[in-house]
Amino acid sequence: MNIEIKNGRVIDPKFAVDRENTSLFIVDRQIAALGTAPAGFVAEQTIDAAGCIVCPGLIDLGARLNSIEAELAAAVAGGVTSVVVPPDADPPLDEPELADRLVHRGEEIGKARVLPLGALTLGLKGERLSELAGLKKAGCVAFSQAKAPVVDTEALLRALEYAASFDFPVFLHPQDHWLSRNGIAHDGEVSARLGLAGIPVAAETIAIATIVQLVRDTGCRVHLTRLSSAAGVALAKAAIGEGLPLSFDVGVHHLLLTENDIGFFNTHARFAPPLRTHDDRAALSAAAAAGDAAICSDHTPVGADDKLVPFAEAKPGATGLEVLLPLTLKWAEQAGVGLADALARITCAPAAILGLEAGTLAVGAAADVCIFDPAANWTLTPDALRSRGKNSPWLGYPMTGQVWRTLVDGRVVY
Amino acid sequence: MHNPQLNDNGELTHLLSTEGLPRAILTQILDTAESFMEVSAREVKKVPLLRGKSVFNLFFENSTRTRTTFEIAAKRLSADVINLDIGRSSTAKGETLLDTIDNLCAMHANLFVVRHASSGAPYLIAEHLRRIGRDDIHVVNAGDGRHAHPTQGLLDMYTIRHYKQDFSNLRVAIVGDILHSRVARSDIHALTTLGVPEVRAIGPETLLPKHLDKLGVHVFHDMEAGLKDCDVVIMLRLQNERMTGALLPSAGEYFRHYGLTPQKLALAKPDAIVMHPGPMNRGVEIHSAVADGAQAVILPQVTFGIAVRMAVMSIVAGN
Repeated sequence: MNIEIKNGRVIDPKFAVDRENTSLFIVDRQIAALGTAPAGFVAEQTIDAAGCIVCPGLIDLGARLNSIEAELAAAVAGGVTSVVVPPDADPPLDEPELADRLVHRGEEIGKARVLPLGALTLGLKGERLSELAGLKKAGCVAFSQAKAPVVDTEALLRALEYAASFDFPVFLHPQDHWLSRNGIAHDGEVSARLGLAGIPVAAETIAIATIVQLVRDTGCRVHLTRLSSAAGVALAKAAIGEGLPLSFDVGVHHLLLTENDIGFFNTHARFAPPLRTHDDRAALSAAAAAGDAAICSDHTPVGADDKLVPFAEAKPGATGLEVLLPLTLKWAEQAGVGLADALARITCAPAAILGLEAGTLAVGAAADVCIFDPAANWTLTPDALRSRGKNSPWLGYPMTGQVWRTLVDGRVVY
Repeated sequence: MHNPQLNDNGELTHLLSTEGLPRAILTQILDTAESFMEVSAREVKKVPLLRGKSVFNLFFENSTRTRTTFEIAAKRLSADVINLDIGRSSTAKGETLLDTIDNLCAMHANLFVVRHASSGAPYLIAEHLRRIGRDDIHVVNAGDGRHAHPTQGLLDMYTIRHYKQDFSNLRVAIVGDILHSRVARSDIHALTTLGVPEVRAIGPETLLPKHLDKLGVHVFHDMEAGLKDCDVVIMLRLQNERMTGALLPSAGEYFRHYGLTPQKLALAKPDAIVMHPGPMNRGVEIHSAVADGAQAVILPQVTFGIAVRMAVMSIVAGN
């Protein structure tokens, strides 16, 4: 289908495009031209994006799809056109058939693209390797333990060696098992005051130090997920500075919240990794602002009953797909980051981490497009969310920036 | 931030923690408790303040002693007392904490006394009551996880005021397992709010939470230095399970360094009082000669505790 998206402000951060009142032309599911229509173009559908920003569809580096139809609908409602799915589903994504089924189910639903992460080890137990090549063939874009630890460092070494043999990237969540297994909140002032078992920053830095050394030894490409501390960011940046094939991301909530947001045991402020101090938040924000870190939603739908329990018993995480864009815009405004740079962190930066030719509106790219009104105000309420996960520390808060249309592969899906 | 313990008029409607309570409310509780001391000395130990009201003792974690003191206090206020030892069984049956609360609300409860193993559980209940519009039901925290045990904190304040009159010139040491102690947290907040100029925490680093200094506490690892010139020494119970992990090498080594002996107590002021929330481990955190000695006020603490719990229940139910 030939589509013209007209009158919008087109921003393609990857190629520093930012043009007011411009048309974007889509032919055969691909971006065909910007500004002037290609020869012989006849629009079958015209979308008037006046007052809106037209940017590449968002790529979310981590979102759980507990009820896949609702969550993929939530994704496109949030402008997210590709969703990286961690393998900590039930059952864990450790067999090619499971990955195959997930990818096909995603295609059937026909909303956002599903990019599964295969389980690095069987059952995410951190012991025996999964069939990585088979999982890759079934559509896995990388391998991961999700938030499950690899306690046995030898197993981790072997996994990275094996992945490196095939040049498969590995996503690792750096958290030392022993220092984090009993913890509930950042080991700091708030946990001391509220009597919550702490997770020290060392849980993250020890794990990063181990991973960095193994990357140095194996040459495996590793992406560190959801850093939470200033010290963790410093270690990751030093390793990248050394030339190691390493990258990292931060969850959007960690750019905006701190341990103080736990207040009087607000279970919506329970996250894994935990929210930490103002200084940690500032370091994460600086890393994202400088382009060292990509931003992701870490979308974790949790049933209402799993948050209406004492803090220590509450499941961690927040709904994210539909707030990734407005929260990223909110962060950008607070941190003094320009709009194009902010959009880069949720489009071309994650694409680069995944090694995908996506996250751009360049001619020839797949037509994954997000059209949003940057000035629209709305209030986050359970009813406003398509996701089954209504769990958010922002319930009742105003959001600025609302997705108006989303295209995946040249089709209007929202 | 909205303080869930106070109603719109700034009055105490739930007692969840000593943290964040204004000094005037702490003093009101202590003064009210003082007026109730006389009731307990009467032949007919009853006042009709809570007549016709139902107090539910909700103990999700066992504690016969604390539950009994709340029961006595409620009965002296003429309330009907219902004891529910829920333990972990109802959660095992799949009922959530808030399901339990909804059921008890339907039984016309007026006041919940809650003991729970998870920090913050009484906040969850108070928040739920607000959400369902039951402002007429009050919550008193009888100990939640490591977080708070405010009536114990307040009875400790009552005891200190009884023996020392004035808080403004005291040096108070809290000794032992502060990390896992809800009593210590409640004491620290109450002491600093009431104007105690120097609160000390004494223990090995493994038993101290991080950032105690942010709560206005001076940390000592050396008990002898920490006890020097103190007016009040609060000993904490050392749970047996602390010996199994890597927190402490042995009960013997703990007692040698952090047990209160007559020799160590001699470093405090000659008129220093020794307190303990009970139950005591003699020979682990405290020597019998100190526990039974002239400076110990451990049994008066228990007596004061009933008056303090009467005061708390009558105040929240009246607001």
